[in-house]
This record gives sequence, structure tokens and C-alpha cells, in this order.
Amino acid sequence: MYTSYRPENWLITNLKCHYFDSLQIRYNHYKTNRIVLKSYTHHLTKKLCCPPTKADLNIVGLQFTGLQYLLMSLAANPRRYVITIIFIGVAMIMLLRLFFLQNFEPKYKILANDIAIYKKVVYPPRGVILDRKGKTLLSNTPIYDLMITPRNVPKTFDTAEFCAALNIDKKTYESILGKVLVRNIDVRQSPFMELLNEEQTARYQENAYKFPGFELVERNIRVYEKPIAGLMLGYIGEVSPEMLKKTRYASYRQGDYTGLSGLELQYEEVLRGQRGVHYLERDKFNRPRDPYKGGELDSQEVSGKQLELYLDMELQEYAEKLMVNKIGSVVAIDPQTGGILAMVSSPTFDPNLLRGKERARNYAHLYREATRPLFNRATQAMYPPGSTIKPFTGLVALNVGAITPSYGYGCRGSYGACSRSIACEHKDAGHAGNFRAALSHSCNSYFCHIFRMTVDFNSFSSVKQGLQVWHDYYKSFAYGRQTGIDIPFEGKGLVPDTNMYNKMYNRSWNSCTIVFVGMGQGELLLTPLQMANGMCIIANKGYYYTPHFVKSIGKNENDSLLRKYHEKHVVLNIPDTTFTIVQQAMQDVVDHGTGAVARIDSMSVCAKTGTAENKAIVNGEVVKMQNHSMFVAFAPRENPRIAIAVAIENAGYGAAWAGPIASLVMEKYLRDSIPTRKKALEEKMLKANLINKYVYTIDSVIRLRDLRIYNAKVEKKRMADSTKRAKELALYKKWVRYKIHTNQKLKSSNNRK
Amino acid sequence: MSTLRKTLFNRIDGVVLLLYILLVTIGIMAIFSVEHRTTDTSIIMMNKSYMRQVVWLGYSLFIGFIIILTDSKFFSSFAFLIYTACIAVLIITIFAGVDVKGSRSWLGIGSFRFQPGEIAKIFTAMALAKFFSLNETNFKKLRDRLIASAIALAPAILILLQKETGLALVYFCFFLVMYREGLPNAILLIGFGAIALVLTSLLINRVTLAILLTVFTILVALLIRQTLKRKIAARIILISAWLFSMLFSQFAVPFVFKHALQKHQIERIYSMIGIDVPDEYNKALAPGEEKKERTNSSEYNVLQSKIAIGSGGLFGKGFLNGTSTKNQFVPEQNTDFIFCAVGEQFGFVGSAVLIILYISLMLRVIYLGERQRSDFTRVYAYCVACILFFHFAVNISMTIGLAPVIGITLPFLSYGGSSLLSFSILIFILVRLDADRQVLIR
Repeated sequence: MYTSYRPENWLITNLKCHYFDSLQIRYNHYKTNRIVLKSYTHHLTKKLCCPPTKADLNIVGLQFTGLQYLLMSLAANPRRYVITIIFIGVAMIMLLRLFFLQNFEPKYKILANDIAIYKKVVYPPRGVILDRKGKTLLSNTPIYDLMITPRNVPKTFDTAEFCAALNIDKKTYESILGKVLVRNIDVRQSPFMELLNEEQTARYQENAYKFPGFELVERNIRVYEKPIAGLMLGYIGEVSPEMLKKTRYASYRQGDYTGLSGLELQYEEVLRGQRGVHYLERDKFNRPRDPYKGGELDSQEVSGKQLELYLDMELQEYAEKLMVNKIGSVVAIDPQTGGILAMVSSPTFDPNLLRGKERARNYAHLYREATRPLFNRATQAMYPPGSTIKPFTGLVALNVGAITPSYGYGCRGSYGACSRSIACEHKDAGHAGNFRAALSHSCNSYFCHIFRMTVDFNSFSSVKQGLQVWHDYYKSFAYGRQTGIDIPFEGKGLVPDTNMYNKMYNRSWNSCTIVFVGMGQGELLLTPLQMANGMCIIANKGYYYTPHFVKSIGKNENDSLLRKYHEKHVVLNIPDTTFTIVQQAMQDVVDHGTGAVARIDSMSVCAKTGTAENKAIVNGEVVKMQNHSMFVAFAPRENPRIAIAVAIENAGYGAAWAGPIASLVMEKYLRDSIPTRKKALEEKMLKANLINKYVYTIDSVIRLRDLRIYNAKVEKKRMADSTKRAKELALYKKWVRYKIHTNQKLKSSNNRK
Repeated sequence: MSTLRKTLFNRIDGVVLLLYILLVTIGIMAIFSVEHRTTDTSIIMMNKSYMRQVVWLGYSLFIGFIIILTDSKFFSSFAFLIYTACIAVLIITIFAGVDVKGSRSWLGIGSFRFQPGEIAKIFTAMALAKFFSLNETNFKKLRDRLIASAIALAPAILILLQKETGLALVYFCFFLVMYREGLPNAILLIGFGAIALVLTSLLINRVTLAILLTVFTILVALLIRQTLKRKIAARIILISAWLFSMLFSQFAVPFVFKHALQKHQIERIYSMIGIDVPDEYNKALAPGEEKKERTNSSEYNVLQSKIAIGSGGLFGKGFLNGTSTKNQFVPEQNTDFIFCAVGEQFGFVGSAVLIILYISLMLRVIYLGERQRSDFTRVYAYCVACILFFHFAVNISMTIGLAPVIGITLPFLSYGGSSLLSFSILIFILVRLDADRQVLIR
């Protein structure tokens, strides 16, 4: 039932008649006697059901300030405020806890990121390497590894389904799991199965969410299409901790792959591309989902650029086939560009061995081979060039004016002008009647003599200046220095200069002392690459481009990295006519001289054979070994397209082994096929085994010596270290003694005070 | 100015309704943020929880509208009747309940399910209010105090029999209402004191606790030194209280833990309060027995929840960027752990705003209660405030590791039809009663 209830009436009637008189009086007392006020307001509340509001009190003429009213109502109904305080107090405790939890416990942020954010590092595919015809030499293929984190595999794991997805039986599963657990602690992720096949991958991916603790990791591995040019293409491997300290590898992290040799190392920055990092959120079941923060933290990967080479895959393969069972190398260069058409260092190996986890083991195997397949003979091996240097001896002699092309020397089978006798292959009179004849017959006497004439030439003050001039010529032919080829670790070769001989012979030497250099023996050492480059110089009549593999980077032929290979190197001003004479002589070598084997139908080929004497030191004794077989050539003479150098160690005459191989390679490149005339020769070359037994003996001797040197070095370092430590210790002891001494002094002086 | 002159809708308390709408909206947004996927083509997807919650909000508002139109005397007149019916339903539930996660607190009719324990809170509150508003009730009498306690605890016991401990504990909040209505201070003090003593003697190092207790006693003695001078009884009570708590925490607890309790019991007690078993109570491990990995699911829940909230920082990760909640790391996150979504996405600032909203609602409800003319409405309002408070305090404390994990929802925010509907009814009845605050309802 509703009453006509009006608060003002109600208040006035109730409040006024009962309490109005006493209210003001009592209120005045509240400061001095709170208990009185409390009992009074209690009473008031009980009578009125609900306490009067401030507005209500205003109506009846009672004026209170806010604080007074609050105190009054607090006293009147304290329990309301007790409950209010409990509410607010609990809320304050929660806020305090939240404040510390959210602002001062960073571990939760780390944990949240750990569990929910999946940092996916995306490695872009490495650049592909193509040959001159666009055929793939080196490419990538994706493979899948199945990784396991044993701790995350639940106890209720459905083994049967897992095995079915991978098509393995339960026994295999258990044995692999056992191995993983033995190898690793169970929190670390480790490979469970590597190189899953397509079917396994597909089936696993469909059911991946059912297998927590397992993760499918995609990675690319390098694939060498054919097992050729391993040393030139190079290989990749994980960066080592030592490499990571270097600035070049600043952007790398443990576990990244990098080129370790060959083109893979030289063009690492180009081939590698740019790693991308994607942040993905993952859910409770480890399934990656949306990109984290919409992908704003991600960095996009940039794939590696492709390299196009001058290398001819077929030619390379053919040359390698020819070099089977021979120790040596073949270098073929296009003289017009400096591009390397083929480069073989024999024995070769399958570069596919040097990838993945097998790399270390296979590398050790290859390293231990006596024939040293990991040694790039084409760029690092240094040979005495033998007779193949004779065109250059002649070139320099002609150019300085020491001889004219018609100069002849009466060789009777040996050269005896210096105190010893140097043998010559030919005895018949007139075989060195002029330059052309001498070169085509490869007369030792003639070239020893003209070399002496060059260095002793009367426009030079002495033999020392003469040799220096000769040395400068050779330097400009890129002999005795690195050519600058675009694979690392190139050998320099050795071209003797005045200083060297001064040291060797204590300044007392003359042109007779060094006469062997004229016929490519003695101190002169060249790499096969330098020999081939020398052929380019003669073929081009006086200039060369730095030999290089790479034609274009990412289809751009003018990449800044390639600029230095477009630079024309002109050798010291030698007129074309001089080159024509030398070329003529070299053509004679093929047409009716020692290099007849290199003849190509209806094409003028220039060549020079070489048979290099060489020695090895075995057990402290100098042993004369079988001659190196050398051959240099270029063709065609008018418009040179290929310059080649072949060196075969300890094989014998240049014309017997190196010559045929060079001619076959040239034929293959220029004519694209081997004529039937040469089939028999080809067969012979393919079958020949020219590796001498003593290679193995010498190798072990060398290795023993290396070991001894290494041990001595280690011992020396150890001794130096211990001496240093002893010195430091002595110094420290001295310092301690000094300290004690001064302290005592101080003490005693203090005592005195 | 008479409030009576206004129409019914003008007499409704807008503040409570506004806070109600705000909280429910925050709840729906929180559920949305947890469930939304970037791959979703449209926001309106009926198979998602947040859309179902919107539908439940529709139902709630409809029922609320009906409640507003109902005569305010209806609630007091039928309070006991509905309460009796409710008790009957609870008894039925014990036997006919659907088994959900080990508890039989759900009644299923077809595909429709509801938890009578949730709804029973409303009717218990009404029954209690009715009891206090009766003319013959004198709460100073022990008999009436016992009756009031029985009204409050009867449903709790029935719910306990349904093995839904968390929900049963809610009914203890009615003691706070009874305190307001005249339960002696001592009971509140003893009650709080006992809980505090048990918790502290488990949580705090013994020596530290001894010092704390002594300091606390000295402080109290200083505050009431006048009383202590005058009354011997006060002195005796203070000293015996100090002695008792010292004995309890220093000797009784260690004795019980070392000699009386089994290993698994100790572990259960400590996992209830969410900390590791201290070394001194760790029973020696049998040889060859590994220290067991803690696989307790409630500990996992709390850890994940703390990770989610803790990683929010000051301003949070931003709306829809909650990596922990979005990716289902926090279990039960739409229902019991919905606070994580707010804590993670809006950080401390967001959480503080939410807590302030709750506290404002509760204080407003108390304010409404205090301005009533009729006892019925006042007691009912206090019941509403206390139920809200208990749910709010226990739920949030549990997500931040301050309280054991008992399945209690966060009012208005948690996903679930029963919960939202019952809290809405609670609030709308209060609003309806408050609209007639000048009328004496008995």
C-alpha cells in the first residue's frame, strides 16, 4: 500500500518534535564526546529507518559541512563503512598485486613471447650457378627434416598414427627415439629423421597438429647437377666460431651456412641473399597462426642472385674425363673476354660429397688422399714451365732488341757456353737457324743463349739491370703475381728478380748462373692459370683480361663486382709485329714441329710443348723425378677463341700427354665434336693412368715433414709462453716484495709517530 | 521534490544500469578479442561464443524489462515460496544432475542446460531480505541469527553435495550482509582473524610471523590502551589471543604437518594456496624416487594466467594482440579466466579501470541499499553487493595467484548464459526495488 509519503513533511514531523531541540546541542558536543553523538545518531537511524541526507537536513534548517555530515553518518552507521572499506581494501590489494605483476616481473613477458611467438628464420634460396649456355651447374633443392623436442611429446602420444604417417614401424621409432635421448637432453630440439621423402612430408603435414613435440623444418641444400668443377664452384658449410669473430661475418649467426671455398666463398655476399625473419604466433598445439603484430616486425628475405659463368659444362666434363687418373690441370680461357671455359684440377672429386652432415667426414677422407684432390692445381700448383716459356723468352729478347727474328745459333746438341753443358734434343745443323726454326724445334741452346743475350744486352748497365727489365716484362704478363682470378687462394708462381739472386748467390752471379731460366727451368715457377693467361696475351697480341669465371651476376653483366674483369691489361709496349713473329713460330710448332698432335683441320693453331724437369726432396736427398708434361696453345690464330694450358705431373714429354689432351679439349670446344682421326688418341688418353706409385711415398714423406714442422712450431710457442709466464711471475713476486717492504716502512714510521 | 511524481522509468537508477551495460560490453569485447581470428570473414558468426553471449544479453535485457514492469511487492511476497521451490530444485539436481567435469550441478532439459546453483543465489538473497524485513524478526536474538544462517547456508550445503565447491563458497558472503544487520563485530573479527592466521602460518616464514604477530599485538594494545587500563577482561582477551595465535602458528601447524598429515595431503593443501611445499615439510623421498614434476592442472592454469596478465605491462599489448589469450594458452579463458584477456590486452591501466568499475558498481549498490526506506530492499541490496564482491574478489585473485583456483565466474564478463542471466536478474530486481524506495515493502 502506497502512503502519500513526502520526505520534508516526514522529516519535520519526526525530526522536529523529537530531536530538533537536542540535535544542535548534541552536535556541538561531538568533538568532545564522540560516544554521545554515536548513541544519539544510532537512535536517530533506528527511528527513521533511513538516515537523513544532507539535503533533508537542510530542509529542516540544519546546516552541516561535508566533513561534518560524513563523520556524523559514519558514527551513525559504521558498519556500512566497514563493508565499504573491506571492498576497497581488497580492490587495493588486487591493484597492488597487479601493479607489481604487470610492471616489475619481466619474466612473464619473456615467457609469453616464448610460448606464443614463433620466430621463423627464413633462409632464402642461395643463388644458382649457371654455365655459359644457361645449364645449371649448382642449384638448391628443399629437403625436410623432422625435429623432435622429447620433453614436449606427451605421454598419450599416438605412436601408431605417427609411425603410419612416416611409414616406419614401431621398432624403428623406438630405436631412433632412444638414440636421440642418449645424444641430447630432452629439452633440446634435435633431428629425429632427416631428408624426408615427398610422400612422408605430405602425409606428415596433414596430421602435423596431432604430433606435439615434433616439428617439420624445411631447408635447402645445394645440388651439384654433375660431379664436376668441385674446387672451382666451392662448397658451403656452417660458419665456425672463429669466423664469427671477423667483421665479414658480422651478420651471421651460429648455424648459418657460408661459402667456404671457390666461387661459393668469393661471391658469398651475392649468392647468400638476405635472411628474412618472420614472427608468427602459435597456439597451444604449436600450430603457427597469424603473423605477430600483423607482420610489422618481419623482415622479408631476399633471394641470392644467380651467377652465370663462362664455364662450358660439357667442355669441363670432357676435360675432367680426359684427366682421370692423371695428376695435373687444364685451364682453358677465352682470350677475348678472359672468361674461363674450363678449369680442371685432377684428380677431381664429386662436390656432392661436401655438403650436409657428411661434409666433415668426406673432407677428412679427401684431405688424406695422397693425390690431394682438394689442392687446386690449376691456380695453386707451381710448375717449372719448361719449354712452354720459350715464346716469352723470345718475345722479350726480340722486344728489347737483343736479337732479330733471323738470328740463329749453331746448336750441335748441347749448349756449352757456360761452364756446364746443357743438352738439346736436336743435333742436326740449322735446327736453330732462326727464331721460328728454333722455337718450332724447341732448341734449348738457342733460348738459353738469347736469354743470356737479353739480360746481358748492352743497353743495360749490367746483368742485374737486365734481369730486372726481364722481370718487369714477366710481371706484366702476370707471371710471379696473382692474376686476380675470382676464386680465392690463388698461387703467385715465382719469377726470380735481382734481389733474389743477390741473396742466393751473395751478389756474385752472372747470366751463366741463371741461364736455365731461359728454357723455363731453374727458379722460374708458374701456375697453369698463368700459363694459359700467357697464351691469351700472345693470342691477343699484347693484352689480356683478368681470367674470371663469372659472366653476369643476377643477369647483370655490368655488376660492380665484375668491373675489374672488364679492364684491359696491356702488357709493356710490345709491337704487334713482334707478336706476329712469335705467333708464326708457334704455328710452326703445330704445323711441322713438336706440337703436331694439336693440329686441327682447316684451322691455324699456335702451341708450344714443354717438358719440365723437376726434383723432389725425399729423405733429405734431391731426387730427379719424371718430367712434367706441359702444353700451351691457342686457336684459331686469326681470331683466337680459346687459349689453353695443360700440365700433367711426372708424365713425360709434353707432346706425348699434355699435347693430345689440350688438342682434344680445343677440338671439343671449337668443333663441338672429336673427329674420327682423333678417336684413337682420345681412347688412349681416357685410358691412360699416369699416376706414379712414388706419388704416395712422397706424399707421406711430405706429410711427415709438415707434421714435424707443426710440432716444432707448437713446442716453440709453448716454450715462449712458459718463459713469458715465468717472467711475469718473477715480476709479480718482485712487486709483492716491494709492497711488503713499503708497508713495513709505513708501519714502522707510524709506530714512531 | 517528490520522487513519486516521476514515472517508473525516471525513478530507475541510471548509474547502476550504465555500469551494468559497460561491464557486459567489456565482457563481450573480451570474449571477442579471444575468439577473433584474422581469417574470419565476418564479425557476426553464430558459432562463436561472443555472439552467443550477445544473444544471452538480449535474453537478459528482455527478462530485465519484464522485471522492471513487475510490481515491486511481488518479490517480497513470493520470496519464501520461490526459495522453497529453489531448494527443491537443488535437491533434485543432486540426483538428476548432468555430470560435467565431475560435478553434478547442471540440470539438462534437452539441449538446454542450466546451473540451479547460480540462480539460487538470487532467491536466497530475496529470502534473506524477506526474513530481515519481517516484523517479528529480532536479529539480536540467537534464534533469528541461526535461522538467517540456515537460510543462507542451506543452498550451500546442497551445492556442496553436487560437488561444486566454488559455487557453494559464494553463499558465505551472506555473513557480510548479516554483519551489516547486526551480527556482532567479534564474529567478523574472529572469522577474518582465523582465515588470516591459517593463511599466514602457511604462507609466511615462522620466525617472521612471530615477530609480525607480536608487533601487531603491541600496536593494538597502544590503540586501546585506555580500555586496557580500565578493563581486566580486555587485557586477558588480548594476551590470550596473542598466545593462541603464537601457539597455533609456531607449534600446532608444524606438528600437524610433520607428524599427522600424509605427504599427498600436504601437497594438496599447498597446491590449494598455490605455492610449493616448503622444504621442512617435504617428506624424505624414498630412494630411487624422482622428485615429481608438478602436473597439477590448476597450477598450470594459474601460471598461464599469470603469464598472460604479467606480459600485459602498463598499457597492454593492444586490442586483439593478446598472444597468450588468443592462442588458447590460458585454459577456461572465456569463463573463469576472462580477466586475463583484459589484463593482457590493456595492461595495468585497463585492469585498474575494470576494477574501479566493479568497485563503483558495488559501492553504488551499497549506496542504493542505504537510501531505502524498507528493510527488504536494503538487505537485498547488500546481498547483491556481497555476491558481486565475492565473485569479483575470488575470481580476479585467482587469476593473479592470490587465491586458490575455484571455479567462480567474473560477474558480467565471463562467458556463460546461466551466469550472465542470474547476475542480470540480480541487478534488475534491485533496480526495480530501488525505483520504489519510498514505499515500505514488507
